[in-house]
This record gives sequence, structure tokens and C-alpha cells, in this order.
Amino acid sequence: MEFLRKIFDNAHEKLNSNEKTKKFFPLIDAFDTLMFTPNHVTNKGSHIRDAIDLKRTMMLVIIALVPCLLFGIYNTGYQHFRVLDQLGDVSFWEIILKGALVVLPLVVVSYGAGLLVEFIFAIRNGHTVQEGFLVSGMLIPLCMPADVPLWMVAIATMFAVVIGKEVFGGTGMNILNVALTARAFLFFAHPTKMSGNEVWVTGFSDLKGEKYASLINSANPQGIVDGSSGATALGDLASFMQDSPVLENTKAFQAKYSLMDSFLGFIPGSVGETSALMCLIGAGILLWTGIASWRVISSFFIGGFIMATILNLVGGNGYFELPAIHQLMLGGFMFGMVFMATDPVTAAHTNKGKFIYGFLGGFLGILIRMVNPAYPEGIMLAILIANVFAPLIDHMVIQSNINRRLKRLKTA
Amino acid sequence: MKLTVKKGLDINIKGAPEMVLSDASSKEFALKPSDFPNLVPKLLLKEGDTVKCGTPVFCDKYNDKINFSSPVSGTIDKIVRGEKRRILAVTIISDDKFTQENIGTKDYTKLDKEELKSDLLKIGLWPLLRMRPIDIIAQPNDNPKSIFVSGFDSSPLSPDYDFLMKDKSAEFNAGLELLSMLTDGKVHLQTRNKSNEVFTNAKNVQRNIVKGPHPAGNVGTQIHEIDPINKGEVVWYINPQDILVMGRFSLTGVYDARKTIALVGEGTSEKKYFNTVSGCSIDSILSSSKVEDNSRILSGNPLTGEKVEKNGFLGFYHHQISVLPEGNQHKFFLTEGWLSLGFNKFSASKSYPTWLLPKSKSYNFDTNLNGEERAFVVSGQYEKVFPFDIYPVQLIKSIVTNDIEKMENLGIYEVAPEDFALCEFVCTSKINVQNIVREGLDLVYKECM
Repeated sequence: MEFLRKIFDNAHEKLNSNEKTKKFFPLIDAFDTLMFTPNHVTNKGSHIRDAIDLKRTMMLVIIALVPCLLFGIYNTGYQHFRVLDQLGDVSFWEIILKGALVVLPLVVVSYGAGLLVEFIFAIRNGHTVQEGFLVSGMLIPLCMPADVPLWMVAIATMFAVVIGKEVFGGTGMNILNVALTARAFLFFAHPTKMSGNEVWVTGFSDLKGEKYASLINSANPQGIVDGSSGATALGDLASFMQDSPVLENTKAFQAKYSLMDSFLGFIPGSVGETSALMCLIGAGILLWTGIASWRVISSFFIGGFIMATILNLVGGNGYFELPAIHQLMLGGFMFGMVFMATDPVTAAHTNKGKFIYGFLGGFLGILIRMVNPAYPEGIMLAILIANVFAPLIDHMVIQSNINRRLKRLKTA
Repeated sequence: MKLTVKKGLDINIKGAPEMVLSDASSKEFALKPSDFPNLVPKLLLKEGDTVKCGTPVFCDKYNDKINFSSPVSGTIDKIVRGEKRRILAVTIISDDKFTQENIGTKDYTKLDKEELKSDLLKIGLWPLLRMRPIDIIAQPNDNPKSIFVSGFDSSPLSPDYDFLMKDKSAEFNAGLELLSMLTDGKVHLQTRNKSNEVFTNAKNVQRNIVKGPHPAGNVGTQIHEIDPINKGEVVWYINPQDILVMGRFSLTGVYDARKTIALVGEGTSEKKYFNTVSGCSIDSILSSSKVEDNSRILSGNPLTGEKVEKNGFLGFYHHQISVLPEGNQHKFFLTEGWLSLGFNKFSASKSYPTWLLPKSKSYNFDTNLNGEERAFVVSGQYEKVFPFDIYPVQLIKSIVTNDIEKMENLGIYEVAPEDFALCEFVCTSKINVQNIVREGLDLVYKECM
């Protein structure tokens, strides 16, 4: 690695030799510190330090996201060929290729746009590039519909990094989860590309325009819509709340989207969110390495489960009657629980607060998902609300500690 | 009383000392005002003056009763000054005779509290007593609600106090007797379950048995568990070896600053104990062993010690010298850097596979930061190693924002920098927490006390 070290040392030297180029040091530094743990030594205080750093922490989250990414790629191809009714004709690799051609550009654009902003801010503010975006950059494509235009991803990412993070002071200072800020931005700015029945399966809107025009106009349109809908499972479910449900009852829903399919993820949805199994593998990695908080994950699940059970008991329509556990396997619940709610910066910081925060997120997530007339999902908004409440929750927890200390003084 | 500290972390570093004792003779000694936080010294002598053991060299400018005395007899060699003529050290060349300043032998145990205080102040023993809150030299006018003595050191590579104190019962008990005169409350002596008879036979103390990982041996942890400090209250503490100094003073009326220190760490060939005198030169301890090039020498332990040069001196409150390999190399990320598998890397987090290995495995540590300083990102990390009923991160943040009221509410009066040493060790964001706590304490001291 000597030659690589020399290259970096020379680059640093060249940059530093000129006053004008000096401020561009983050450009070299970012790659240098990526390839080499820097030679910084302790100075005061503890002279030895733990081997962990923020880069490793973030990289472990990315590794935990890899199962979701890979399955997302597969499922994107799978859903595409499913609506074409060509699943029998294509090989596994063709499915992967189709998915990769859709998903990887999203990843590239997300990282490109976000890191561009990060580098600009690093140079402007004269600090090194911080690692926070490494995870956000992977989360953003995974929580988008496959067919979202790339320019929208770029704009949403830039918006999220600038307004969601850098204006607050950068990594570690933000109030809202950066990836969800990006998603919420697009959700409100371009709802037609983020919701509805036509964005979840790649190529669906094009297909509908050309090839399906003839099919839909044919003698038996009902059968085709049933067999090749582009809606998400939750979209179908939400129609129970309307006058003309897509399916006649919960049983029919369970037949179309079996619990097993929902768990494994062979259903339409945002790129990385569909597979509860992959999210659980990610959760396993995060908990095994101690990166994510088990307090948040467990209380989030319990919160969602309790709300879904309450609505089960209320009943009255096909949506509310879907068993709680099936409800939690759908949509972004598991993905949000494992990867979004656990963001240590925007979650509650106190251990007790994490229980409350997680519970609030899960509880509100299912509530918003099921009891709103406009949109059949609520995890994103629920986590953002929980993010906003997290400082308040922490404040309460800390205040109780302060009161305990004051009480000790009085009784002493 | 028995208590168990649940949160904490034992760091197993290679380089523990062997139970071998040798003598070290130092020619040069020093008193360093920087060993005493918040002290502004006022010199009482000048270069070339002769001193005896117990001759005051400088005193506290704001409380001139507190004297700092020469540990040896000889002549004052140099007054080393830094920026703005700040005094960094007063060095003394020993004449190897250890002539004693004599303030008259008497039965100190018969004195009343104030008389005893004034004798301790006069001979320069007072700085051995420190106080919580603020973690500075005890204020002579205070009336501490208790005095704490930790009979063991749980920090990494720490000296074994059972070994240091062996066969020193007489001095120890004499010292404890003086201590018990200084407080209306109790003197608490904390030990492990099994400990030397010097501790088990100690008189005039309440002995408490402490279980659990580091920082179980820190007085801060013990005070918090046994007799927590509220605003306005004061607790004093003192190291067991310093009680021996007090004991010898009680028995003979002289300032006898001998102590036994440990030389530890992978950077040195001789890892063992040395008999020496407070303020000895580092060189006198290291001369007999081979020190690796590119090593860092610390006066004190690896978590809280102070960086010293080979021609430096042992800190006033330190009982060990640690030599660690310097970590000033770039490390390629896949082989030994941040993304390595790291089967030889210790981490309190579970992000390295070594958390699956037995806890007895010891590791090589160098002084590399293992990352770069960042804002707080990871939460819940400090809490795992911080046994106080205090929110460490929130306290740190209140200090950083100079919010004194919040600092008080969050418990700054109970903590000292050393209590945060483990937080600093485990910090993913590599924040210099101990330094922040020191600044917070200094601010609170200035504004509120």
C-alpha cells in the first residue's frame, strides 16, 4: 500500500503548497481517510481509544442494507415481468438484470447528488467530509418507487441534505431523518410519481399506455386488472375504505397477497421495503454488531402491533380486519422500523426515551396508515413525527432524573 | 457495606507489571503546578536556594496557607516557565541526604482539628487531600461530610495496591487516624472482596466491598454509590499511598514522600514496581529498561495519564508510568484500518468480532485515535460504561453550551474528568470528553464557589 500512501501524501502536499487550493483539502482527505485510518494520535485525556469509528459504524449499516438492496433489485425485475405475465419465460438473471438497470441508477444518482452537496459544504465550511450521508445515500433509493425519475431523486436528495441536515450543522445535528426528508419532499412535491397505482412496478405506466391499452379494452378487463395491477398491497387494502373495493373481502386479499409472500417480499412497493425477511436479516446484523438500538426496534414493533390489534378489534371493513401480523409485513413498516427509526441522531437519545419514541413511531405509523382517507401508508410520516417529538421525550426523561436528584437533596 | 458496580468496562491491555520491586534513585525532582487543576502558584524560593524535605517551595496564590513542599533535600535548580511566564515546574537537585524540615515531633492525634490542619498545611501535606466537587485540592475551611479512600485501582494497567501497601499497616493506620480527625463523618475505605491485610485490618474506617468493572475503583463512582454529593456538600478523598505519607508524618513528624510506583506498558522491557520518591524524574525509572522508539511515556494510567518526555517528572498524584506504542501511522483500511476484520482489536462496541472472545484476552493498544473527531452521532454508548445516575451526553452538551444551571441540575458536582475516561475511550465520535468536563468544572468553580 506504500504507493497509494505516497500518492495521497503527494496530493496533500500539492494542495497545501498553494493558498488557493488549500481549501479543497476535503476532496483529497475524504478519499485518503477512506483508504487509510488517519495517523491522528490522542493528545489529552484517554491516550488509548476504542477501535470503532463513525466510518465503521456507517459501513455496518450499509452492509445491513445489502440484503434489502439485492432483494429490491430482484423484486423490481420480478414485478415487472409479473405484470407482463412473462415470469415463466425469463431466467433469474434476466430478472436481476432488469431490476439492476432500474435500481442501480437510483443508487448512483442518490450518492452522486448527496456527496456533491456534502463536498461543497465541506469545502465551504473548511471541514472534512462526514460519514452521515453514506447511509442516507443508500436509504434514499431503497425507499423510492422504482419508476421515480432520476432527476427527482437528485433534487430530493439535495433538498434533504441541504435543508434536512446541513442548515442544522451537518452530520449529527439534524432533527429529521435525512432519507425520509428526501422521500417526504418528493411525496408532497410530486405526488403523482410517489403514490397511486402506477408507480410501483417498473415500466407499468408505459406498459399500460401501449400494450395494455388493447388488453384493458378487451372483453374481460376485470381479469387483467386483477392479474396485473400495479398497485401495492396496501393500495388494494385501502380500497376497502372506499365505495368500490378492488377485492371483495379480507380473505380475497389474503389469497392475493399471502402472508408468506408479504413476508418474503414478492409484492409491489418501494424498492427496498417489500421484504420483511431482508429487513429482519438487516436487523440481525445491526443488533449483532450493536449498531442499532434494540429498544427502538422492539418498542416500534410492539407499538405497531398494538395499534393494528386495536383496529382488528374495531373491525368493520376488510382493511381493519386484516390480522395485525400481516398488516405489519406490508408497506414500509419493517424497513422503517429497522433502518429509519433507529437513526441514532434523530431518535431519542436516552435509553428510556427510546422505548417511548419507538412505541410512538410504530403506533402512529399504523394509525396514520389505516385511518387516513388520502394515502394508504403512514410509516414515513409517523417516523418524521416521532423524530420531531424525540427531543421532547428526552427532555421529559432528563427532567425526571433532575427531579430525582433534587429530591435526594431534600430527603438528605 | 457491599456494593456492585454494574456498568463499566475492563480494558485488558498487554504490559501489566510483574510483582517485582526494585529501587530507583533519582537525582532530579520536580514540583509541577500543572498537576493541580486551577492552581495559581506563588513562588516562595528562588533558583539556587537550598531546601529540605518539607520546605515549602511555592504556595497557592489565593490561599497562601496551602504549601507545596520539596520532597527531597538539596537545591532548587531551575524554575521552568512557559507562555506568559507561567510556572511549569520547579526542579530540585537532590543531595541524597533527605535532611528533614523539623516542625517538632508531637502527638498529632492529641491536637484539635484546626491545629492539625495548620500543621499539615505548613509541612506541605495538605495537597494530598483532594475534594469533590470540582476535583481540586481540598479547601482547608471546608468541613467534609466524609472522606473516601479507594483501596484498589481498577483502571487498565493499574498498580496492585495490595502489593504496594504490603506490610505498611502501622503507617496506614496512623494516617487514617489523622484523616478521621479531619471529618465529622466517616472515612470510607473501599476494597475488593479479597484484599491485603493492611486494608482488612484498617482502623477508624468503614470498609466497603466493591464488585464490578472499572470505574469501580474510582472514588467518584464510590462516592456516588455510598454517599452522593448534593450541591453545597463536600467530600474529600486521598490515595492510600498518600495516607502512608501522612502516617509517617504522624509517627515521626517529617515529610517523607516515598512511594512505590509501577512501570507498565508494551513499550518498555522492564514491567515492574519501583521504590522512589514523589516527583522523581522519569529517566530514573526508565534508565534500567529498554524503551521502544516511537513510544509515548505517560505519568499515570493510559486512560487519564499525562504525556511526559523522558526528561520529565512523575505527576504529584500518579503512581505509575505507562509506556505505550505511539500510533502515528496511517493504517490501510482493509488490513488494519477502519474496515479490517480486526481479530486483534479491542472494542467496547460489538462492531469487531473480538467481543465474542473471552474477556481475559489482552490486547495491544497504541495511541492512534482510530478515527476522526465528529459530532455526537451514536447514542447510548456512554451510558453503558458510566455507572452514575447521570446522563453523560446531556451533561457534556450543557458544558459545551456553558449552561451552568443545567450542569448543576444534571449532576456536575458529582463528577470529575476521570469518571468520564471510559466514555472518552468508547466514543465513536472521538470527542475529548475529559477535557470538556475539566472546563465545565473550572467554570462552575469560578462562577459558583
